[in-house]
Amino acid sequence: MVGQELQSPATEAMVEVRDLTIRYGTEAVLRNVSLEVREHEIFGIIGPAGSGKTSFLRVLNRMDQMTTGMSWDGDVTFAGRDIRKVRNLYGLRSRVGVVFPLPVGLPLTVYNNVALSPRLRGIRNRQQLDEIVERCLRRAALWDEVKDRLDSLGSLLSGGQQQRLTIARALSQEPDLLLLDEFSIAVDPVTTMRIEDVLKELKKEITIVLVTNLVQQARRLADRTAFFLTGDCIEVRPTEEMFEAPDRDQRTREYVEGRFG
Amino acid sequence: MRNGGDKPGGPKAGPGANWDRLGASWFIDKGVQVLVFVGGTSAIIFVVGIFVFITREGWPFIRDTLDFAEFFGSPRWNPTSDHNPTYGALALIVGTASVTGLAMLIAIPFSLGAAIYIAEFAQGRTREVLKVLVEMLAAIPSVVWGFIGLTVMNPLIIDMFNVPVGLTVLNSGLILGLMAAPIMTTIAEDALKAVPDGYREAAEAMGATKLQVVFKVVLPAAKNGLVAAVLLGVGRGFGETMAVLMASGHSVNLPTSVFDSVRALTATIAAELGETAHGSDHYRVLFTLGIFLFIVTFIINLLADIFVRGVRKKG
Repeated sequence: MVGQELQSPATEAMVEVRDLTIRYGTEAVLRNVSLEVREHEIFGIIGPAGSGKTSFLRVLNRMDQMTTGMSWDGDVTFAGRDIRKVRNLYGLRSRVGVVFPLPVGLPLTVYNNVALSPRLRGIRNRQQLDEIVERCLRRAALWDEVKDRLDSLGSLLSGGQQQRLTIARALSQEPDLLLLDEFSIAVDPVTTMRIEDVLKELKKEITIVLVTNLVQQARRLADRTAFFLTGDCIEVRPTEEMFEAPDRDQRTREYVEGRFG
Repeated sequence: MRNGGDKPGGPKAGPGANWDRLGASWFIDKGVQVLVFVGGTSAIIFVVGIFVFITREGWPFIRDTLDFAEFFGSPRWNPTSDHNPTYGALALIVGTASVTGLAMLIAIPFSLGAAIYIAEFAQGRTREVLKVLVEMLAAIPSVVWGFIGLTVMNPLIIDMFNVPVGLTVLNSGLILGLMAAPIMTTIAEDALKAVPDGYREAAEAMGATKLQVVFKVVLPAAKNGLVAAVLLGVGRGFGETMAVLMASGHSVNLPTSVFDSVRALTATIAAELGETAHGSDHYRVLFTLGIFLFIVTFIINLLADIFVRGVRKKG
């Protein structure tokens, strides 16, 4: 199967998941999920709280290592490589950016928050760093608000600003795959729209997995969408079909129409 | 920039194709991990080494001479007698326990009160000045505290309570309590400061009074740290030697009131070890006292650990 997909460039898989089951202790929070995330798409994941969306993202970045009791079975590949057999985990994580739902402004200046990842990569040139910082902050729709106080502490920004700072930091990694976990939870609607526009632009360069509680956000952004419900992947299909197709699952219809969840 | 149409190949050929190479930073990281591991385990090796050493020095006595009933049951400590040496440590154990107990009775309310005031009520300058003063108190050497016990407290206690001797459980307990309080205050205050401000705001936003916030929200949240502070104080009391030696009167005695002189385990070892012949029964019984102190401290720490873990699991 893997061979077939690699032959056809139109369906190039950035992430391939086969029979993924995630457990905390003995309790399975996600069961037998198989799906693929294609290159240069925005892949949406929707579903009510507790359906295993965040746990799924944690596996993609191998953050299971940091969580005691978390284990997973199945095969997951990133850019064709089995992520369980990755030798350099730091290398994997440097290619996979993550934005968590709660903003994490590191206790550094705004500038250094965004310049951290480029510096870890070995970029020392001040002018180059300035360019990266400005570009990432602009993309995260934060530049205009902080350009005059790049030297103040990132952790002192407001919640919504810190969230955009977190997004800017993830972009500064120049990742191949960006995982967004409810990024708009602390961001006002206007700014959310600006960031969404940036994401649409970004998918020309990178691949994005978007976990969201906002069904309409998935509809606006995602090329294809998966619906997770209490640990099961109900279905994966082009996003529009989630809202229109007559053959969609009963539970999907009820969820996207807001009748439960 | 890689566009859908003209990109040269699949994801494998992208700019991140080399990310799984083990570069210099990966090897540096692993090397430092090994160094840190060695550092961490060496602490264990030293502790085990010390325990092996004191056990080796004390073991022949425990094996050949020690009578457990006498050691734990008799207050007759007379290891230097030529004809009939006795090794009853009861008076020493009770001495240490009574002094430590009194010290904790004094230190726990004082230090927790001070910590709560500094962390929750004091503002701005008062707070900073108090913190610095408490830390200065913690830096006073124990021999200075012993000196205060000997020259200030001693006559004071004789005058106030009209007793013949002022070097007593009361004196050394007070001194030890005052010694332990600043350190306990500092640790307890750190524990209170570690409680996120969001907790306080959430509680105050409901209309809780300052006192209710402290007792219903902050103290429960900081419980583990506060227990750690108290146990650190107990450990300090058990292990303190010089101040207790100077202020307790250093006479083998089962105390019946706080106005009796006592002798502590630690003070006994400190005062007598220099005068024993290496390898003699007296020398070895002092090491046996050391083993006993070691085991008691170990159990206190173990209990603290179990307690804190138990609390954590529930929370």
